[in-house]
Amino acid sequence: MRNTIVSIIAILLGLIAGGLLMLAIGSNPIEGYNYLLQGALINIERIGNTLATATPLIFTGLAVAFAFRTGLFNIGAAGQMLAGGLAATAIALTFEFSRPVMLILMILGGLLAGALFALIPGILKARFNVHEVVSTIMMNWIAYWSVYYIVPGYFKGPSLETESQKLPDEYTLRAPFLSDMFDGSYINYGIFLGIIAVIIIAFIIDKTTLGFELKAVGFNRHAAEYAGMRVNRNIILSMLISGALAGLGGVALYTGNASSMQIGLLPSQGYDGIAVALLGANNPIGVFFAAILFGILYSGTGFMNAMTEIPPELANTIIAIIIYFAATSVLIHRIIDKVKRSKANRPEHKKGEA
Amino acid sequence: MSYVVEMFNIRKEFPGIVANDNISLSLKKGEIHALLGENGAGKSTLMGVLFGMYQPERGIIKVREKEVRITNPNVANQLGIGMVHQHFKLVENFTVTENIILGSEPLKGLVLDIDKAAKRIEELSKHYGLNVDPYAKIEDISVGMQQRVEIMKMLYREAEVLIFDEPTAVLTPAEIDELMKIMRNLIKEGKSIIIITHKLKEIKAVADRCTVIRRGKSIGTVNVAEASEESLAEMMVGRHVNFKVDKKESTPGDTVLKIDSVSAKNNRKVMALKDFSLEVRRGEIVGIAGVDGNGQSELVEAITGLRKVESGNILINGEDITNAPIRHRIEKGIGHIPEDRHKRGLVLDYRLDSNMVLEVYNKRPFAKNGLLNFGEIRAYAENIFKNFDVRSGEGGASLARTLSGGNQQKAIIGREIELDPDLLIAVQPTRGLDVGSIEYIHKRLIEHRDKGKAVLLVSLELDEVLKLSDRIAIINNGELVGIVQASETNENEVGLMMAGISKERSV
Repeated sequence: MRNTIVSIIAILLGLIAGGLLMLAIGSNPIEGYNYLLQGALINIERIGNTLATATPLIFTGLAVAFAFRTGLFNIGAAGQMLAGGLAATAIALTFEFSRPVMLILMILGGLLAGALFALIPGILKARFNVHEVVSTIMMNWIAYWSVYYIVPGYFKGPSLETESQKLPDEYTLRAPFLSDMFDGSYINYGIFLGIIAVIIIAFIIDKTTLGFELKAVGFNRHAAEYAGMRVNRNIILSMLISGALAGLGGVALYTGNASSMQIGLLPSQGYDGIAVALLGANNPIGVFFAAILFGILYSGTGFMNAMTEIPPELANTIIAIIIYFAATSVLIHRIIDKVKRSKANRPEHKKGEA
Repeated sequence: MSYVVEMFNIRKEFPGIVANDNISLSLKKGEIHALLGENGAGKSTLMGVLFGMYQPERGIIKVREKEVRITNPNVANQLGIGMVHQHFKLVENFTVTENIILGSEPLKGLVLDIDKAAKRIEELSKHYGLNVDPYAKIEDISVGMQQRVEIMKMLYREAEVLIFDEPTAVLTPAEIDELMKIMRNLIKEGKSIIIITHKLKEIKAVADRCTVIRRGKSIGTVNVAEASEESLAEMMVGRHVNFKVDKKESTPGDTVLKIDSVSAKNNRKVMALKDFSLEVRRGEIVGIAGVDGNGQSELVEAITGLRKVESGNILINGEDITNAPIRHRIEKGIGHIPEDRHKRGLVLDYRLDSNMVLEVYNKRPFAKNGLLNFGEIRAYAENIFKNFDVRSGEGGASLARTLSGGNQQKAIIGREIELDPDLLIAVQPTRGLDVGSIEYIHKRLIEHRDKGKAVLLVSLELDEVLKLSDRIAIINNGELVGIVQASETNENEVGLMMAGISKERSV
């Protein structure tokens, strides 16, 4: 509850600061935000696109938040996304199955690839105490260059050297009924996977013995060890699950929102996941709404730019400011405390004086 | 005589609790004033208010007869008030000098003038008899020395009023004597001292006056010379306190724990436990006596599985558990009250009730098929709180972090005894606790023994070991010096053995 208030205050402060920026470059902030919102939500197609934009962020946000609950900082979500996306793409371009079987295989493949990619830093951390921040960043570049090598080498598209072949429509997460329902939007099954993931992760964290253990390890590994929990196993397990989530994010991005993989790009959603987790206070439900907000900002910015003089970079700026306020939430906590205290004191003082 | 600090009618509330209710305290110039109270009575809170860490809801503070508002610790420092915290605030890999000047670094042009600072520290050290090496690194010096660095920090900043928060909790007996001497030196030089404590012996030894608070309320201020330990204890706890431990003769049964020539290394990879052998039987309390850092921690960690054993065997009820995982040992009946309650004993950011099932959260009835049953957990925890008198602001829902040290300790002890272990290992079980809680915990340990269970007590307080144990094993430099019957020995004999002077092995 309290975290929610803090996050909302951070968002409001970020939006106000964004408005001031718009003023500073001589634009009307009300008009700007109006177009931003319209761009994201004005019709059913745009709503669909906004949800689709948010989908990979739900996954990467969950991935970062989940690892963080175990005291791990997984900033390798980008690499794990690439691994997941590449695995799903490779499966779809190599084999032939009926659509349901193929989709399940692609999802599982992406999930496993992401998990395996995070397993390596997990093992390094558990066995040799290699800090996961270092190893996951290195794994990002391993994924980046692996895609650079594998896509042109094995799955080259017909025209472009830098892109994989396009997946056939029936081998993507797109569904005609969804596209129809959302007036031709590129929304796809990914959003449902995301919602399911949110529910499962929230359940694991709050209701299961596994979650109890993982959180205990995250808060105080010495006490967890004392109580007989296997700390190293939990670290590896946590990285596996985190990587699997990011891998699914890759599946949603590369075989849902897009239908091919480009080389030479680390998906920005990987790092954005950190911001989403932070704003969502590492809570799965919080992550969901934070991801939707980011989706709105990202997908509305183009329309805003088309209708006004405001540059599209403003969306990124607003996000950065929101993150800044979320990261310094201690301040907000303190202000809330003060307000509460002065409220609580007032009647008492009166009593004292009377 | 004039007062340097006066606090009038201080009131401080925390969610669910009134920590200080109308408390007054005045400190004369040049006196040592003890602040006595049970754990959670509100001593630290009151000093926190004086040091600017908390803002009181009501009350007036005067320093040198001028009314002041101490809004943060910097203001306190400017007023000449310094505090030595119970948990030191030092940078481990900095030198003594670097730590002391942190925050007020002397400059020569644009560069740090370390030498000048070091020289001044050396002078101060000599002047007050602190014996601190300005160039030593914090990680290399003993806890007692680290505390002196904290004292030096205040002297360097020319503090006139020094607050010590339970300064002896972390010290060995010899270091405590040393600290008392230093405090007397400080008084001679015109400083004034407030010492937060619940150790009556120390109050009798150094303090001039003593203010007693109980459950957030002021009970009174007395001249220490006119009060006895008993009367102070009664003021603090609110009832008569029994200093003696009532216990029956022990009737040892089968061996529960058998340690057979075990060796283990410490964190610096040096052999810290050497060929150590010991048996603990049902129905007896075996105490381990020794000076801090002589292998006690390594011994306990070897038994509980937190440390690898280099050679030798450990058996529980006849089963070899030398290399068994920790959980297996817990299931085999080892309960462990750890030395460091913050590091090992609690997940401070978990609710208190979750902490009560830290070892059994995955067993029925607390979990079924991997799902937690919060109702059962709460009920189980409530029972422990009731039985062990654990007080917290919001009951089981409080974060473990928010409890006072004594209540945290009682919660841990409750948790371990509730598991009903065949072998209860109690390491410093009453460290930092007040006499009321100590009396209570001692009673529970003896009760556990009388249920026919084995208790291994490790304590740096020789008094405690002598009082509770049926047999005493003395450890020095990682080796067993000897085992004596508690009823046939005395402080002198054990003290000598602790220093490594062996007598004929008895028993």
